This record gives sequence, C-alpha cells and structure tokens, in this order.
Amino acid sequence: MDTNLILTGLAGVIAAATPIVFATIGETFTEKAGVINLSVNGTILLSAMAGFVVSLTTQSIILGFLMSALVGALVAMVIAFSSITLKQSQVAVGFVLTLMCRDLSYFLGNPYMGQSGPRIPPAFPIPVLSQIPILGPIFFNHEILVYLSYILIIVSYVWFYKTREGLVLTGIGERPAAAYVRGTNVNLRRYLYTFLGGALVGVSGPMYSLAYKAGWKGTISGLDGIGWIVLAIVIFGGWNPLRAVAGAYLFALLQWLGLVLQPNLPNIPSQVLQVAPFPLMILTLLLVNIGNAEWVDRVLAGMPEGERRFFSRLLRSIKTSPPAALGTPFENQ
Amino acid sequence: MLKSNSRFFGLVFQISAVLLALVFTTIVLLITQAQPFEAYKNIILGSFGSVTNISNVVVAWVPLLLASTGVLIAFSAGLWNIGVEGQITLGAVFTTWVLRLLLDSSLPPGLILALAILAGMLGGALWAVFAGALKTYGGVNEIFGGLGLNFVATALTIWLIFGPWKRPGIGSMSGTEPFPDTLWLPMVPELRMSWWSLGIGLVVLVFVYILLSNTYYGLKFKAVGKNRTASELFGIPTGNYLMAAFMLCGALGGLAGAMQVVGVYHRLIPSISSGYGYLGLMVAMLVNYQALWVAPVAFFFAALNIGSIQLPIVLKLDSALSGVLQGALVLFFIMMEGVRRRFTKGK
Repeated sequence: MDTNLILTGLAGVIAAATPIVFATIGETFTEKAGVINLSVNGTILLSAMAGFVVSLTTQSIILGFLMSALVGALVAMVIAFSSITLKQSQVAVGFVLTLMCRDLSYFLGNPYMGQSGPRIPPAFPIPVLSQIPILGPIFFNHEILVYLSYILIIVSYVWFYKTREGLVLTGIGERPAAAYVRGTNVNLRRYLYTFLGGALVGVSGPMYSLAYKAGWKGTISGLDGIGWIVLAIVIFGGWNPLRAVAGAYLFALLQWLGLVLQPNLPNIPSQVLQVAPFPLMILTLLLVNIGNAEWVDRVLAGMPEGERRFFSRLLRSIKTSPPAALGTPFENQ
Repeated sequence: MLKSNSRFFGLVFQISAVLLALVFTTIVLLITQAQPFEAYKNIILGSFGSVTNISNVVVAWVPLLLASTGVLIAFSAGLWNIGVEGQITLGAVFTTWVLRLLLDSSLPPGLILALAILAGMLGGALWAVFAGALKTYGGVNEIFGGLGLNFVATALTIWLIFGPWKRPGIGSMSGTEPFPDTLWLPMVPELRMSWWSLGIGLVVLVFVYILLSNTYYGLKFKAVGKNRTASELFGIPTGNYLMAAFMLCGALGGLAGAMQVVGVYHRLIPSISSGYGYLGLMVAMLVNYQALWVAPVAFFFAALNIGSIQLPIVLKLDSALSGVLQGALVLFFIMMEGVRRRFTKGK
C-alpha cells in the first residue's frame, strides 16, 4: 500500500475517533465524580436524532449541536436526580434510560428518516502545522470538530491533573466524606459533573448524523452499540482522560484495520466483522481487570521469582481500578 | 396506623408513577403532532381487538414471562444479567441445531422436540456461564460481558443463517428452512399460538415463585445478593451461588429461545430474541422481586408490544412508542419509589 493511502487512512482514523473522544471524556468526568451514566448508548442515538432534526429545521449546525448537548445533559440530569437526590440505583435508571432514549430517537426521528440535511463544514488544513511531514496530514487537515477535540483533550488533562478543581473532582469520586469535611458540596459538584459529562456525550451524537454517517436512518443508522463501547473505553482508560483518548484512537484504528483487511478474509461475512468490536471490548476489559482477580494472585505466587516479577509488573501496568465511591450515593450526616 | 398509611402511600405513589408515564408519553405524541387518544386506542385495538390479536399477545407473553422470571433469579443474587438477550438467542440456536441433527432420524417427533428444548436450555445456560466466568474469574462486570455476548450471539445467528445453515439456494434474512410441522409444538388451529408453550411458561413462573419465596436456595440467593461478604463469612459458597443464578437465568432465557423456534417461527430467524431479554429486565425491575407480579406486568408489556405493531400501518407512527411507554413506566416507578422513601423518612 502506498504511503499516501496510509496517511489518508490514519487521518480517517482520527476523524472516526473524534465523537468517541468527546463521549469518553464526558463519561470520564461523570464517573470520576462518582456517578455512572449508563445511558450513553441511548443518549448518543437521541442526541444524534435531535441534533439532526434541529439542524434540518433551522438550517443551523450550531443550534443542532446546542440542542444535542442539552439533550445529553437533560438525560444525565434524570440520572443525577434519581441517584443523588432520590437515592435510587444509578445502574437501573441508566439502563432504563438507555433503552428509552433509543426508542424515543426512533419514534421522534421517524418523520425525518432518510432526509438530507446540513452537514458539518468541510475539512481545512491548519496553516503551519499541516506542513509537518507525516503528522501534518494525519492530524492537521480536518473538520473543525477534530480540532475542538484536541482542545478538549488538553483542557481535560489540565483540569484533572493540574488544577485544584481536579483534586476536588478526584476527592468526591474517591472519598466523598473526606471531601465534604474539607468544605466541598459533594452532591452539587456531582450534579455539575454529571451535567457536563452528559452534555459532552450529547455533542458526540450529531457528529454522526451531521457528518460521518450523515442523516437520520433510524434503526439502520448503525449507531446502536457505540455507547457501550464508549463505556468500556472509559474503564480501559482507567478514568484517566488521556488513556481513555488513547483507547478511543486505538479502537478506531482497529476498526480501520478490519476494513482494510476484510478483502483478504473473504470467508468472514461482513455481519460478523461488524460485531468484532464487542468481543474485543470483552477481551480488553478482561485484560484491565484480571489483575484484580484473586486466583491470579495465587498463580503469581507459585511462579519463579523472575517470571513473577515480570508478570505482576505487566498486570499492574494495564490494570485499572474505578473511583472508590463510583455508583454509591453520598449522604452528609 | 402507620403501617396501613404507608401501604396506602405506596399505592398513591405507584398510581402517580403510571399517570406520569402516561403524561410523558402523551407529550411525546403531541411533539410529533399525533393524536394521543387515537394512538392509545390503536394500541388497545391492536392487542385486544380480535382473537388473533389476543393470541399474538399470548405468543409474546410466553418468552417475556420466561426471560423476566430468569432475570428475577439473577436480580435476587444481585446480578445484572443484561445478557439474557444473547442467552435467548443461543437457546434458539441450540434448539435449531438439535432439530436439524435429528430431522431425518427415526426417533419419535415428541422425543426430538423434548431433546431440542432441553438443548435450548443448555445453550442459554452455557452462554450465561460465559458471562458468569468472565465476572467471577476475570473481573469483567456482567453488564459489559453480557452485552458484548449479546452482539456476538446475533452475529453467530446471522453467520449460521447465511453460512452453514443457509436455505437451499441462497441464504436470506427470512431465516433457515422451516421445519416440517411434525416438529412443531401442537398449535391452536388458525393461530400462531401453542397451549404447550403457554403451559411451560406458567409452570416456570410457579417454579421460580416457589424457588425464590419458599426454599432454602431462594433465601441463599437473596443473601448473596444483599451482602456478598457477609454471606461468604456465613459459610455460603457465594461463587457457586452466583454461577447457579447465572445458569438458571440463562437456562430460562434459552427455554424462551427454544419456544420461539418450536412454538412460533419453526425456524431460526436473525432477530429471534426480539428484544425480550431487555424487556424482561424492565419487567423484573418493576415487580420488585415479587415473582407472581411478573405475570400481569409481562402480559401488559407484551400487549403494548403487539398493540403498537398497528401504529405504523394505521397512523404512520413508529412502533417504538411501546418502548417509550414501557421505559417511562419503569423510570417513573423507580423515581416515585425514591420520592416515597423521602416522604416516609421525613415524617
């Protein structure tokens, strides 16, 4: 394969990963604060539909994106209200919402199926940066949203690890009681981060319906399932935005490789390749979680010294652990 | 005094949850500029308007009953077995497999059917063991394990239908070659319904009710679900109970899949699980661990599903409306339960 084709392909990988980057960073914010928003899959569908319909009727992409952010944030607020204020199970509410939002998107989007609406403005190169060999064409000749995702990545990294607010965020997810004693309004902050995370997840929806998979196609839009991948990438990322972003790019890269290699694997029907992300998701989660299993410790203990050290270091480097208070409500008393 | 008060309170909150769900769905209908009463009328007519329609509701009720009771066992043990959908699919695949193997054998048809149904249960249980092993030995949360396996199960079905099990000539989305009617469950004439599968569904319901409320095992499932560490310290082999809960739930899901093959479609089709697994989770969330309530709630949900099939034809509305109403019901039930707790605690 010639170099240009590879560069175009890799640039495509960056573009394809962009909505996943927005959604995983959003969900990482939410979960870091101790709240699981399990509705991601439904939220992406609903916001993809809402963003498309609003853009179509108002002929304004910006209004479409604002609407989708609002939709994502509102769904997240239902979870925040049910779990933080009403103390109900986040998993239950999130699961119901993920199914309900999907059906809502199919129901409300039905009249707009198959219509062609406005699209995100085309790619433009960034003057100096796009001239860098190899990196330029891959990273700096894109639609505006891709550039915005770079800014989001940097901002979230600084927010998490270089600001006081980031420390507080870790605090309310790990030891909410301690954060409360230090004067943090734990529940208010959890509300805010759930809102913010939901809005970011919502924004990722129209990136499909207004760009890569333009238009609203209802059940055959091929979007169903992407939200679960997002949730898995957040775990793979160990609730670290940079690692999560790496996961998103890796996922898009593997999908692209699958497409490129497909002609060489004629025996595998395309329907099977389409679901390949899901066994991959299970395998990945297995890799990052297996270090926590009891029997692994036992096996490791029985190994000779050199191997034991190698394997335990390997496991520790890929292992991730959730924020300690993830999914549990906080009561200040 | 307080006791009767709180029961009264509970009812008030539950009724208001239903009302809120209806209000929400009505608003959704108004957004699409549809006439809500027309839509509701069509759903009711579509589910109860004729004998055929009612029998279709029963046909949808059986797999939902089986999936919901299965999920209830998993819930009791504290497991979010989101993988029922895939377990139903694998049940259907295993049943089809055995039927194909024994199709030309000299065994009596009744025996072939029984073996095929048992194979379906085995298939569902095996798929659940997969998710269970991923959880207990690999630390993979059963939500992700189960969900991933659901997608894998669908891919497996499609691969079988278009590959090894394709119809003579060319594989198509309409499924595998239908089985001869000697290998069908006895059907009610003129209808798609079979008394046999209805009977099996009801027997399973009673079985699960007794298991959960009147046996030692049911109690242990609940103990493991409520507090795993305490159960472990108390000497309950929690790992075994978790796997048993997965297997039972998977077996019931597999049975639902088997029923779809031998009692409804008589072949393997791509969407054989029809979303009954996910719907079963919703039903189980609504009934709050009371197995007998599964029957009316699942029946209502099945009626919504069947009734909404009419919507696209008559009113040009998407049939996903049933899912919106079902989701809203569960959501408002959960939320009103939280509101009720706040109220009763405040007093």
